[in-house]
Amino acid sequence: MNVIYDGTLEGLFSVFYEIYAQKIKAPLIFKESVYQPALFEKAMHVETNSENAERVVKGIKKKAGKNFYQFFYAAHNDRDNIENDLFAYAKIILDSQQSRSTDYSNPFVLKVSQYGKSVGREKHRMEAFVRFRLTKDGIYFASIEPDFDVVPLIKKHFESRYQDQKWMIYDLKRDYGIYYDLQKTERIQITFNQNKIGILSTSPEIFSEEEMDFQELWANYFKSTNIESRKNMKLHLQHVPKRYWRYLSEKTVKV
Amino acid sequence: MNFDRIKEKLNVLADAAKYDVSCSSSGSKRKNSSDTLGDSSGMGICHTYTEDGRCVSLLKILLTNHCIFDCAYCVTRKSNDIKRVAFKVQEVVDLTMNFYRRNYIEGLFLSSGIFKDPDYTMERLVQVAKKLRLEERFNGYIHLKSIPGASDELMREAGLYADRLSVNIEIPTKEGLKLLAPEKKHSDFIKPMAKVRNEISQYKSEKKIIKSTPKYAPGGQSTQMIVGASGETDHQIIQTADFFYNQFKLKRVYYSGYVPISTDERLPQIGSAVPILRENRLYQADWLMRFYGFQANEIVNTDFPFLETDIDPKLAWALRNMHLFPVDVNTAEKEMLLRIPGVGTKSVFKILNARRFSRLNENHLTRIGIAMNRAQYFIKNVSIGNSFDLSPTNIKHKILVSGTSKYTEQLSPQLSLF
Ligand code: SF4
Repeated sequence: MNVIYDGTLEGLFSVFYEIYAQKIKAPLIFKESVYQPALFEKAMHVETNSENAERVVKGIKKKAGKNFYQFFYAAHNDRDNIENDLFAYAKIILDSQQSRSTDYSNPFVLKVSQYGKSVGREKHRMEAFVRFRLTKDGIYFASIEPDFDVVPLIKKHFESRYQDQKWMIYDLKRDYGIYYDLQKTERIQITFNQNKIGILSTSPEIFSEEEMDFQELWANYFKSTNIESRKNMKLHLQHVPKRYWRYLSEKTVKV
Repeated sequence: MNFDRIKEKLNVLADAAKYDVSCSSSGSKRKNSSDTLGDSSGMGICHTYTEDGRCVSLLKILLTNHCIFDCAYCVTRKSNDIKRVAFKVQEVVDLTMNFYRRNYIEGLFLSSGIFKDPDYTMERLVQVAKKLRLEERFNGYIHLKSIPGASDELMREAGLYADRLSVNIEIPTKEGLKLLAPEKKHSDFIKPMAKVRNEISQYKSEKKIIKSTPKYAPGGQSTQMIVGASGETDHQIIQTADFFYNQFKLKRVYYSGYVPISTDERLPQIGSAVPILRENRLYQADWLMRFYGFQANEIVNTDFPFLETDIDPKLAWALRNMHLFPVDVNTAEKEMLLRIPGVGTKSVFKILNARRFSRLNENHLTRIGIAMNRAQYFIKNVSIGNSFDLSPTNIKHKILVSGTSKYTEQLSPQLSLF
């Protein structure tokens, strides 16, 4: 049976709940936005219910133990059709007496650990490559376009690191961000002029006067710390694939 | 800030500091609190990579490149005709803070040429760290160089503000040091290292009794050796590293392939290649000692004084010890699993977990991520065929032709290596 949900994580976990509650046979899960009903096909829409979602998460957490994070990261891998692998994993975990979260001989456990790994890698890259620019009104601002929906996952890292400055990280692709105002971090949505706040923009309308000077200093540092006789672009690209270069001002600012 | 002036200094002093390969910012724990900036807990982050593939995690600069010494292998040596500049203490503080707030760096790695005398220099390095911690309430990572010959009192203070302290021994043998840096003695390096080691253990034991005892150099000590400048063997290098790991409880030893910078006859001439492959093999050997349970003399010894260049030291060891293979991955002890070529620490972890659920076969092993093209010759019950001749030469040949293993292409110390 096809099961449809709203595309949010809570929605997905609500689906897991209903599948168990209603004993649905051979479920196939779809996001509302990608589902194309075929003729005569039956489909069930599941309403998002945060209480049910919570219960599912608790259940998996308890059984998966410290490997829960693999599943949790994998769940932020917002590519299409991943839901069914996640469900297969959840079923294995929930249905067995002993903990199976380290059973890497099982294809779904292995798969979910690998999905989780790609998300983890993207999370780590964003923590590394986010570049704050100081705005005129004293906010350290960064815009990103990550492969996966990692903003919720990087929040903690930036909170514990930058407690005495205001900062904002905005996902341009998914059109939302988080803003820390010295007290708390909140999810926000803003209508921007994308040209002015693009990943490397230093538009003087928005950013502080010294912003460009610091980017230049940084680019100078980057150049001076390189050892020409050891140049190894292949290795360089392995660490910083080309598509991440757009985050790095040292690659674009002329020195 | 006078940006043009700072830019000029930054370029000179970053350029002079770049041969110090340590970039690690991990291994320290400083938690942020509400009115301070930064934390440096757990893993270090590389915020970018240079075109030579090295991690950039810290702002790595010299305070000054004025120096009263004349070490042959160093660009900053007195007799070298170069531009000399010096940062003011406050300038380094401002640069660090502004880079840190923009998420460019994890912290500061500050070294220096020796101007006037060791204490005068060390005092300035300590001032930078102190200002960052006390005035700017900075909780990021600080790595200070211990200046050989600095007083115990200054070294003690340095450890209160820095996460890591390091003294580069640079030349692995006494004879080499005599030749290339005749003004320096081995004991100059060892004295501050010993002081810091003793302080660390003293603070640790006090902390057990009195909770509020401040942290002292929580990231420990490290050192660096230059490879290929003084005709030393790999055996001498690894032995020296082993000695420092054991005697001084070092967190890391770094190996830096000598980059020719001088026409001095005592040294490899400008234009000769940087020994990058050799450097990489040394890091692999170092990894084997730290994470794989190998003893230094299992890797290199008087019979095998050099690491092989065409294969990694773990494979080389296995081929010398064929009587210990093949290993049964379903029953073998962890220690033995770690010794199988093509099996890394993460794979060992996965094997140990997975084999509790099912008997592992070749398929499982491949999916877990084991490099079977190497591992297959050392594991029981895999299909390499009965007729296969399992002599070391034959295996080595097969592995070498089965494609450039990714390790011969990747030549950086900062990769996982097996
Ligand atoms: S004392 Fe240090 S900075 Fe001065 S020449 Fe020797 S190695 Fe270079």
